[in-house]
Amino acid sequence: MIAATDIDKVFRDEAGRALATLIRLVGDFDLAEDALQDAFAVALERWSSGEPPDNPRAWLVNVGRNKAIDRIRRQAAFRGKQQALLHELALNAQGPDEPLAMLDDDMLRLIFTCCHPSFAAEVQVALTLRTVCGLSTAQVARAFLVGEDAMAQRLVRAKQKIRLAGIPYQVPESDALAPRLDGVLAVIYLVFTEGYVATSGTDLMRPDFAAEAIRLGRLLDRLMPDRAAIKGLLALMLLHDARRAGRETAAGDIVLLEEQDRSLWDRAQIEEGLALVDDALRVPGRPQPYVVQAAIAALHARAPSYAQTDWPQIAGLYEVLLRINPSPVIELNHAAAISMVDGPARALDLVDAISARGGLDGYEMLPAVRADLLRRLERKQEAREAYAAATGATQLEPLRRLYARRLREME
Amino acid sequence: MQYLLLIYRNEAQQSQMAPADYQKLLAEYSTYTQSIVQSGHFKAGDGLQPTSTATTVRVRDGKTMTTDGPFAETREQLGGYYLVEARDLDAAIELAARIPGARHGSIEVRPVMIYQ
Repeated sequence: MIAATDIDKVFRDEAGRALATLIRLVGDFDLAEDALQDAFAVALERWSSGEPPDNPRAWLVNVGRNKAIDRIRRQAAFRGKQQALLHELALNAQGPDEPLAMLDDDMLRLIFTCCHPSFAAEVQVALTLRTVCGLSTAQVARAFLVGEDAMAQRLVRAKQKIRLAGIPYQVPESDALAPRLDGVLAVIYLVFTEGYVATSGTDLMRPDFAAEAIRLGRLLDRLMPDRAAIKGLLALMLLHDARRAGRETAAGDIVLLEEQDRSLWDRAQIEEGLALVDDALRVPGRPQPYVVQAAIAALHARAPSYAQTDWPQIAGLYEVLLRINPSPVIELNHAAAISMVDGPARALDLVDAISARGGLDGYEMLPAVRADLLRRLERKQEAREAYAAATGATQLEPLRRLYARRLREME
Repeated sequence: MQYLLLIYRNEAQQSQMAPADYQKLLAEYSTYTQSIVQSGHFKAGDGLQPTSTATTVRVRDGKTMTTDGPFAETREQLGGYYLVEARDLDAAIELAARIPGARHGSIEVRPVMIYQ
């Protein structure tokens, strides 16, 4: 006997991997998904009344493959021309005895296909959450704040594109691998950042998305070991997420880094992140942006307090980032670090230079950083105006409450 | 699979190219075409006369109507195409990226529908 909740957990853990192998075996996303659903239905019935199999994934793949053959047979009876396909399917399907490395490759194939650059970024994220992470269409729809029907439509169109445009079910070869891996990491980081600071709504964080992104990062690190960028991204996510318990009050208000109770931080997770940063730095090659960002997060995680943080080194690491991966957002972060080294006046000059160039028009954190610097310089009237601008720029309730609190504190 | 690689570029800008640059571009196209003929990807390919020579045709209620110019006024105009045979989309994207016009304009990669 096995409880329904345990069966659910097995499905959740194995769905992505079983699907990845089924897609390779049957050569079609939709057919593989339908077959896996059939296999889940059989599993739910059999496992709850008897013993679950030793290797649930192999069992699911095997039953799923047979269900796919059933489905093709039913279609073939209507169309009468799929005998050849059926034959090939039976031949190709080796099922549970396949070497583990092959099954790992299937998971990578699935990840790289879902993150194919011919999809818009948010389609890549949606496909990854649905097929690799095994979230339901409804859950993916909630992540994008769209209706379930609209999301289902989007996913159908994406899978159609895989088939009609001939997007290959494979891991890119050597030359193409590095840029494609960057794309995969960008998708994982997008999932994480949405979990870390939601773009809108009432809750600051959506820990389930952060957890999903970390799960993907761990998976990728295991499947493609010794890649600095992967280790760096995983470390970055672990170190940021380790501060989760300290980042908001029970009422859902933001607690700023300078005010956080550092004893609430998840020490075990920090240790894991720090070890990964060390590993990543040992991999030969050019410095990777995620590794440098993780090194910055590591300095925060190691610091006994906000004041005793190694700000000069953090500012220096932002300068490295600006050299290898320049962006106005990094410039803004650099300016914030400089405010702790050279003071808020110097930082404000940098921020005003960024906004004069117009590189951050519409970026909601720009007025927030300005407001904070002006407040610290006690230029109250300008600070009030900047907080008002910051409030207008965000759709996230906890941020609006933070700015309101700062305004009250200045009275 | 077959893919149609549609070459879009800004016609006005192209018409202002210095003659020497234009000759160089033609030579690059010639080299590219030869290379994909040799690699077996090439099925067909041509340049098109400018949009000022285009006529758009519609039939409504059985009556043929023609208008001067292309169907849509856009920033970039269709200037040529290649029809290629490629293993999959990745291979087609690689072929598209090597088209000389990709550096100035843009290439739309469209899988060709196969009727059974």
